Amino acid sequence: MRPIKKQRLLLIALMLAGIGGAAAFALKSFNENLMYFFSTTDVVSGKAPGDALIRIGGMVVNGSVERPGDSLLVRFKLTDFNRDVPVEYTGILPDLFREGQGIIAKGRLNGQGTFIAEEVLAKHDENYMPPEVAATLKPDTQNNAQ
Amino acid sequence: MIAELGHFSLILALCLAFILGVVPVIGSLRAIPGWIMLARPAAFGQVFFVALAYGCLTYTFISHDFSVAYVAQNSNTELPLLYRISGVWAAHEGSLLLWALILSCWTGLVARFSQTIPEPVIARVLGVMGLISIGFLLFLLLTSNPFERLIPAPAEGRDLNPLLQDPGLAIHPPMLYMGYVGFSVAFAFAIAALLEGRLDSAWARWSRPWTNIAWMFLTLGIALGSWWAYYELGWGGWWFWDPVENASFMPWLIGTALIHSLAATEKRGAFKTWTVLLAIFAFSLSLLGTFLVRSGVLTSVHAFATDPARGLFILVFLAIVIGGSLFLYALRAPHVRSTATFELISRESALLINNVLLVVTAATILLGTLYPLVIDALGLGKLSVGPPYFNALFIPLMAPLAVIVGLGMLLRWKKDDLSAIAARIRWLALISVAVGCLLPLLMPFYSWAAALGLTLALWTLAITGLAFFDRLGRKQPVWTRLLKLPGAFYGMTVAHLGIAVFIVGITLTSVYSVERDVRMTPGDKLDMAGYIFEFHGVSQTRGPNYDASQGHVTVSYQDRPVAELRPQKRIYRVRKMPMTEAAIEAGLFRDLFVAIGEPLGDSGAWSLRIYYKAFIRWIWLGAIFMALGGLLAAFDRRYQTLSNKQALTDV
Repeated sequence: MRPIKKQRLLLIALMLAGIGGAAAFALKSFNENLMYFFSTTDVVSGKAPGDALIRIGGMVVNGSVERPGDSLLVRFKLTDFNRDVPVEYTGILPDLFREGQGIIAKGRLNGQGTFIAEEVLAKHDENYMPPEVAATLKPDTQNNAQ
Repeated sequence: MIAELGHFSLILALCLAFILGVVPVIGSLRAIPGWIMLARPAAFGQVFFVALAYGCLTYTFISHDFSVAYVAQNSNTELPLLYRISGVWAAHEGSLLLWALILSCWTGLVARFSQTIPEPVIARVLGVMGLISIGFLLFLLLTSNPFERLIPAPAEGRDLNPLLQDPGLAIHPPMLYMGYVGFSVAFAFAIAALLEGRLDSAWARWSRPWTNIAWMFLTLGIALGSWWAYYELGWGGWWFWDPVENASFMPWLIGTALIHSLAATEKRGAFKTWTVLLAIFAFSLSLLGTFLVRSGVLTSVHAFATDPARGLFILVFLAIVIGGSLFLYALRAPHVRSTATFELISRESALLINNVLLVVTAATILLGTLYPLVIDALGLGKLSVGPPYFNALFIPLMAPLAVIVGLGMLLRWKKDDLSAIAARIRWLALISVAVGCLLPLLMPFYSWAAALGLTLALWTLAITGLAFFDRLGRKQPVWTRLLKLPGAFYGMTVAHLGIAVFIVGITLTSVYSVERDVRMTPGDKLDMAGYIFEFHGVSQTRGPNYDASQGHVTVSYQDRPVAELRPQKRIYRVRKMPMTEAAIEAGLFRDLFVAIGEPLGDSGAWSLRIYYKAFIRWIWLGAIFMALGGLLAAFDRRYQTLSNKQALTDV
C-alpha cells in the first residue's frame, strides 16, 4: 500500500472510531435522559414509574394552592378533570402560574403518591394550554359535551 | 387602502419571483442571453415590491389601523412607537413577511455585488433564490396573509405580547433571519454549481464572503436571543437546550463547518462534494428551524397559534427543497473527481476533524430535538429529552474541537511535520496547562472543570497568538506588516480569540455562579459570595402600558455600596399578563441578578430570586468576537481581486 493511502486509511479509521464512540455515548446518554409525560389519571392508576424523572401535566385545581409555613414550599393539586395528583414545589413559580391554568411539572413521585416537582412550567400566553395537557383533557371534554 | 396596496405588491412580487426562478435558469442552460439578462432586473423588482408590502404593513401598525386583523391582534394605541415597528414581526404572518423581505434583499445584494461573476452563473444563482422566494411568497399569500381585513374593525387592539416588548428582542428576529436566509446564498451557489455540473473552487470563492456575513448575523442573532432569555425570562440562565434554541444552533454548527470547509475547497480544491453537501444542509436546517419554531409543533415562547394547513405547506416545501437538492446532488456528485491530495498531518486533516466534530454535534442535537416529535407523531407516547443529554454530549465533543482550533492554524496545507510542530508548541502547551490549573486557586474554591476550561481557553489564546506572529513575519516595520495581513486572517484570529473568551465564560459561569430563591421581609439581608443584599420592600409604580410592583434591593460589598436594584413584576394592562422584569448590575467579572417572585403572607415578605453570575458577560463577548471575525473575513480585499482575475480568465 502506498503511504498516502495508508495514511488516508488511518484517518478514516480514526474518524470511524471517534464517531462510533460518540454514537454509543450519545445513545446511552439519550436513554438516560428521556423524560416521559403522564397525565394525572396515569399517575393515580400507577402507570408512572416510582423513581424516574417524569413530566406530568394538567390544570391547577381551583382553591388548591397553599403555602404552608415560612419557606418557599407550595402545595397544589393538578387534575385532568378525572383524577387529582398532589404536587409539592419549593421555589418561585413562573409568572403565569395560577389556579385554573394548564401547567407542566417536572419531577419525581414520592412513596405517598405526591409529586415532588423540580421545575414548574407555564407558557407565556394567557390562553395557552400545553399540547400534552390539551390532549389529556380532550376525551373528557367530549364526554361532557355528550 | 394601504393594506390592499401591500397585498397587491406582494402578489406582484410573487409574479416576479416566478419570472426570476424560471426564465434565467432556462436561459442559462440553453444559452439564451436575453433570458439570462432578465435575472438582475427581476431580482431588483422583487426587492422593490416586497419592501413596499413590508412598508405598508409597518404603516398600518404605526397608524393603528385595527381593521387589519394582524395589527388588531398585535398592537394597541398605548404601545410605544418602537414596539409598533418591531410588532410587525412579532407573530407568524409578519415574521414570514420579514423572512421574504430579507430573502429578496439578499437576492438583490447578490445581483448588485456580483459584477465580476460570469452572467450565466449569476443567472442560475439568482434563479435558485427566486425559486425559494416563490415558496415563501406562496406560503404568505395562501395561508398567512398579514393584510387580511377584520370587519368591523375593533376600536382597540389586543396589544403586543408583553414578552416581546423589549429592545433586545426587537432586533433578535431580524438578526437571526439575516443569518438563516443568508445561508440561502451559499445554497444557491452550490445548487447553481451542481446544475452546471462544474464543481471547481470558483463557486467556493464566490460564496465565501456571503457565507461569512450570514454566519456573522446568525451568531449575533443567537447571542441576542440568549442574552434576552437571561434578563427577560427571569430565570437567569443563558441557554436551556430548548428545541427553539436548538433549531437556531444546528444551522450555526453546520454553517461553522461550512465556512471552514469552503476555505479548504477554495484554497486546495479539497472536499468539493462535502462542501456542497454542507451548504445544502446549512440552508435545510435553517428552513427546518423556521418550520419548527413557526409551525407550533414545539411548546415554546416562539410558537404561535397553529393552523394545520400551514404545517402541511411548510412540510411539503421542506421536502421539495431538501429532497430536490439532495437528488440533484446524488446525480452530479459522483462525477466530481477530487484531485487534491493531502497527508494525515496537514491543515486539511485538521479542518476535516473540525467538520466531523461540528457535524456530529449537530446530528446529536437533531436527534434530541426531533425524536420527541417523531415519537409523538407516531402516537407512541409523549416524552422529552432533558438538558443533561445535550450537556453530556456537547462538552466532550467541543473540548477536542478547542484543542484542534489552534493546531489547524499552525499546520500547513497538504503536508506538515508533526515533530517540528510539537517542538514549537510544547512550551505553550505546558504553560497553558500550568496556568490553567493554577488560576482556579484565585477563585472561591478549586474546581477541575474550571481548570480544564481555562486550560483550553489559554491554549486557544496561545496558539492563536503564535499563528498570528508567525504570519506577521519579521522583515519589515511592524505597521507595514500589520497592514499587509489579509482581512481573512484577521477575521480568523479574532473569531478564534472569541472561542477562548466564550470558553472562559461558559466554564466559570457554570462553576462559580451562586443561585438562591429566598423569602425576605423588608430589612432582611443575604450574604452571597461576599455581596450583602438588603431587601427594603416593594412599592407600586406605573409604566406607559403596565402597572408594576417594584422591589428595592441594595447591594454592598465589604461595606461599600455597589448597586441599587429595582426589579419589577409588571401587569400589562391590555392582556392582564404578568411579567417579571429582573434587575441586573452588570460587570465584566460578575453580574448581580435580582428578580421578585410573589408576596408571601401579610408581613410584606416576598419571594426573591437572587443570583451571583460569574463571568457571564464573557459568553456574549465571545460571540461578539466571533461575529466580528466573520465580518472582517468577509471584507477581505482578496475576494474582490481574485474574482476579477477569474472573470478575465473566463472571458
